[in-house]
Amino acid sequence: MAELDTSGKGGGHKGGKVRSKKASTRVDLTAMVDLAFLLITFFMLTTTLNKPKAMDLAMPDKSVQKIQLPVAATRSMTILLGSHNKLEWYMGEAGKTAPTVDNFGKDGIRKALIENGKNVAATHAAPDNFMIVLIKPSEHSTYENLVAALDEMSITGVKSYAIVDITPLEIGDLKKNNIY
Amino acid sequence: MPRVKVARKSTFIDMTAMCDVAFLLLTFFILTAKPRVEDPAKADVPPSSKEQAIPDDNVAMITIGQGNKVFYSVTGTDVRTEALKAMGEKYKVTFTPEEQARFAVTEVFGVPMSQLKQFLNMTAEDKKTYQPPGIPVDTTANNELSNWVYTSRQADKALHDKALDIAIKGDRREQYPAIKMVIDNLQRQKINKFSLITALRQAPKK
Repeated sequence: MAELDTSGKGGGHKGGKVRSKKASTRVDLTAMVDLAFLLITFFMLTTTLNKPKAMDLAMPDKSVQKIQLPVAATRSMTILLGSHNKLEWYMGEAGKTAPTVDNFGKDGIRKALIENGKNVAATHAAPDNFMIVLIKPSEHSTYENLVAALDEMSITGVKSYAIVDITPLEIGDLKKNNIY
Repeated sequence: MPRVKVARKSTFIDMTAMCDVAFLLLTFFILTAKPRVEDPAKADVPPSSKEQAIPDDNVAMITIGQGNKVFYSVTGTDVRTEALKAMGEKYKVTFTPEEQARFAVTEVFGVPMSQLKQFLNMTAEDKKTYQPPGIPVDTTANNELSNWVYTSRQADKALHDKALDIAIKGDRREQYPAIKMVIDNLQRQKINKFSLITALRQAPKK
């Protein structure tokens, strides 16, 4: 393909005409191919394959002061995000049940979320038997903690959750457990 | 006795096909490559298992990193120019057409309005060593970040008739109050839905 057939076969030499010898048009492609592959390697390595992903977050509208329907406190689970990648959670109202200090990840909060979700579903009548999770980040929790907590919501399939401001009572709880 | 002669074969390989493929791939990679812009707002985003990609256009991105510094970027050169004009009026700063053109190609910036003119007149080399102070944010209704968001939303609405998506890109080590401040600013403008930018992590098995 890269070379043209210029040898002039087939035409007999019987005429005795002197033909000038034609030079081969064959091009050495080695260097070109080398360069091409070098550039391919460069562009392949520099293309960013992992595009950043987005997590949609809807916050409750503060401007609308709606009267909320009363929800059973036993259906709510509150997660307090503390410092040093620690958190604590409790079911129901603040101060009534002792909070449990937990970790992020598979054996920590995820287990608790799944178990509590099952308990709530078993003890309440349908259709209002899903768990409501309140995430309360303290001032010393990091952004990573917040994203991790929101991620757990989607992993464990919690239908209803919100980010809520922490109360002084809960800060006291965190202080007591040394994770504030 | 005649020796058996081994016919020598030419070692010349026909590289035409290889060359074709190589250049085809090269063209593909060149065309898909995006020029990487020097990002002054480096933020190490936290991982999550979400696989939703962020849209390429019609997005305003607020980056929080490097110790509570806030950076802002919005897609579209026309939106940027319009937002800059509106901000100039609001803060009584006049920008020359040259400065506007420079702002239109600035991907990310993190300077207050008072230093923006100076920042736009910097050379590329100066920008490399420059430490941007970040856009001022506070809890009042009239701070620079919320005005930037507001003016770019208006510009986007006027130019493209679309609602601007807001994305927050936070450094994983940032403490919550810094994030809350930005979220509160957005909520004051009745933006209750926005995206948090995360890196991909393998979804755990249930």
